[in-house]
Amino acid sequence: MALMDVELKVKRFNPDRDHKPHWQAFTVQAEPTDRVLDALHSVRWDQDGTLSFRRSCAHGVCGSDAMIINGANALACIVLVKDAAGGNGGTITVEPIRGLPVIKDLVVDMEPFFAQYRSVMPYLVNTEDPGYTERLQSPEDRARYDDTTKCILCAACTTACPVYWGNSQYVGPAAIVNAHRFVFDSRDQAGTERLDLLSQRSGVWKCRTAFSCSEACPRGIKVTQAIQEVKRKTLFDRI
Amino acid sequence: MKVHRHSYDAVIVGAGGAGLRAAIEAAGKCRTAVVTKLYPTRSHTGAAQGGMCAALANVEEDSWEWHLFDTIKGGDYLVDQPAAEIMCREAIDAVIELEHFGLPFNRTPDGKIDQRRFGGHTRNHGESPVRRACYSADRTGHMILQTLFQQCVARGVNFFNELHVLDVAFVDGRVGGVVAYDLATGDLHVFNTKAVLFATGGYGKMFKVSSNAHTLTGDGPGLLYRRGIPLQDMEFFQFHPTGIYKLGILLSEAARGEGGILRNQSGERFMERYAPTVKDLAPRDMVSRAIQSEVLDGRGVGEAGDAVHLDLTHLPPEQIDAKLPDITEFVRTYLGIEPKTEPIPIQPTAHYAMGGIPTNVDGEVVVDPDGTAFPGLYAAGECACVSVHGSNRLGTNSLLDIVVFGKRGGRAMVDFVHSTDLPDLPGGVEADVRSRIQSLVSGSGGEKVARIRADLQAAMTEKAFVYRSEETLSSMLATLGDLVSRYAEVTVDDKGPTFNYDLTEALELGYLLDLSEALVVSARARTESRGAQFRTDHPLRDDANWMRHTLATRNGDGTVELSYKPVVTGDYLPMERKY
Repeated sequence: MALMDVELKVKRFNPDRDHKPHWQAFTVQAEPTDRVLDALHSVRWDQDGTLSFRRSCAHGVCGSDAMIINGANALACIVLVKDAAGGNGGTITVEPIRGLPVIKDLVVDMEPFFAQYRSVMPYLVNTEDPGYTERLQSPEDRARYDDTTKCILCAACTTACPVYWGNSQYVGPAAIVNAHRFVFDSRDQAGTERLDLLSQRSGVWKCRTAFSCSEACPRGIKVTQAIQEVKRKTLFDRI
Repeated sequence: MKVHRHSYDAVIVGAGGAGLRAAIEAAGKCRTAVVTKLYPTRSHTGAAQGGMCAALANVEEDSWEWHLFDTIKGGDYLVDQPAAEIMCREAIDAVIELEHFGLPFNRTPDGKIDQRRFGGHTRNHGESPVRRACYSADRTGHMILQTLFQQCVARGVNFFNELHVLDVAFVDGRVGGVVAYDLATGDLHVFNTKAVLFATGGYGKMFKVSSNAHTLTGDGPGLLYRRGIPLQDMEFFQFHPTGIYKLGILLSEAARGEGGILRNQSGERFMERYAPTVKDLAPRDMVSRAIQSEVLDGRGVGEAGDAVHLDLTHLPPEQIDAKLPDITEFVRTYLGIEPKTEPIPIQPTAHYAMGGIPTNVDGEVVVDPDGTAFPGLYAAGECACVSVHGSNRLGTNSLLDIVVFGKRGGRAMVDFVHSTDLPDLPGGVEADVRSRIQSLVSGSGGEKVARIRADLQAAMTEKAFVYRSEETLSSMLATLGDLVSRYAEVTVDDKGPTFNYDLTEALELGYLLDLSEALVVSARARTESRGAQFRTDHPLRDDANWMRHTLATRNGDGTVELSYKPVVTGDYLPMERKY
């Protein structure tokens, strides 16, 4: 397949040198079916070793490489160069996700994001002794929370949320997705406690239903719907 | 470089399935630090797809003894049979425990954990495929990783994320600490500890076509090897038959478990010729060789005729959506192909290291043919070699391995730290790491990490892949000599302390080079074909001479010395491996 020249514009920041971020353009040769991640690698490996970005699995399951590509949150390893450059006049712009502090280039501080995740009791609570066998769960009950089990904690949804940009106390879509996964799991017994956490000031009611999170999710999770379901559950549990 | 000092009872290096399961075992019992160069949920356990076998017999008759037989036969009789027995017996508890931890398994209509077929897993000693793999769509590894991480959060496990462990310190013949490099700050961290458990995963990035993450560079086995710990059975590296053409991204064996068929250029179901009974569900080594044979005989597909087709088009679309959603999405994303209507070009991809840090069934690292344990040193998961996989691992047994031996290793480590004091760690244990980093940052040589790594990966894929010979392996050793010389001349572009991935990749490449050498030297000495190692110049298995495990030790002068230890046999006598 013919190689294409692509202009990769990267928003860069080096805390040891820069006072504010700046754009830098690189020209890379890529196959149309290469991933944007491959183009970033080609910069780091062949042109400028100082370019910092996280990545690991390179096929959309580890959640390391969420970034803003041509203005929208995405994983660099599942966006192809032909799609990103083709729709944008041969140029791909890449910048760090918003709402979390930038440390260097495309690397942001993930600690606030994981702290918000931890705050919603993202684990199964069930104090009954099930004995020496599995707990039963019907396929229908299993399907009830299937969508939100797909989350890879990449932060694409949370950092696409305009409410989160303005209020870093908001737990954000990803934390609610991971709460939803247990709220609607028939085996879980911590419903009330978890819903109490989510009804607090920094919880689900901060959501303004902008749908940015659903558009951003690289796993296709219906994030906004999950948040609405948690909101409804919070209300019904209070009646 | 600033140095931070910590003191713990135990340190776990790596936070994939094995590390997290060990951490759960240690939680609340001793002061434990889990150190990972990633974030736990970025670990490659999350990329495992198809399932985890356990003879629950939820959907048809099964027994752990049949599972054991399949594991031993699949491993071409290089499996240590008592260890495999433990794994297959404890598999049942392990799956039930994961369910209790909250793992969202697919369910049968009556609410039990559902099970499906997988390569090499059979009923009654090879009679026909059996439904043994417990699964969650085609994202079972993701669910295991998330569930174990959730349980760690529930237990308040103490994580040090994005700290890259680069060395271990031994004091008076026992473990005294580890040295880590902080990716965010460039500082060093010295952990004084009674015990350390390595769970750093595989090293498939020594090959060009690989299902492995970029970060799977064998740092744990690599740093121990440099400290004189032997590595076992390194010649046995699994090539998974169905990687996406050119990219190597894994397409689970579950695709064939659900009924997918491999076809050559003329559309023939060629596995019928190679494994008449189980056909497409033969073990991975056999299927990969069959694919390479089809390609070499001119029956391949693709631009260069170097692939075959995985055909799912006859499966009901709703079955594909329900059971194989992720892998079919990978095919759409990267190949632009609709798997419901078009066959998928695939080729073997470097997937799994059977070899690694030698351990006993309690995760204790054993350093000689007599099985002498090194006090305080533990390993579990892909970086370890128990050996339960022998010369070829069966599909799903890796997820089983990490939870069974992660737990056993964690438990043994807790017992050990309760029986001993914290050793005094002498000053300056970080000196070697410091000098390695300084020489990479301040060197004046013009070699680039990416070029050396690309050359390594291309050569290993050409000379030490599915088919090997004295000629290709000797040639690979010569290539490695050149690559190691070039590595000494590496200088990184990035001189800064903050998220210097240029430096990280340089450090990782050092381990890949060392482990490649251990693999090639071990493979060259083994003049037989067994499991994943196929020697074109020695095409038969040679039980008289080679029913033994290889131990590769690196001497102080950098040469590799091989020694051997017998396979621990049991009830199952070696027989010809037919499927």
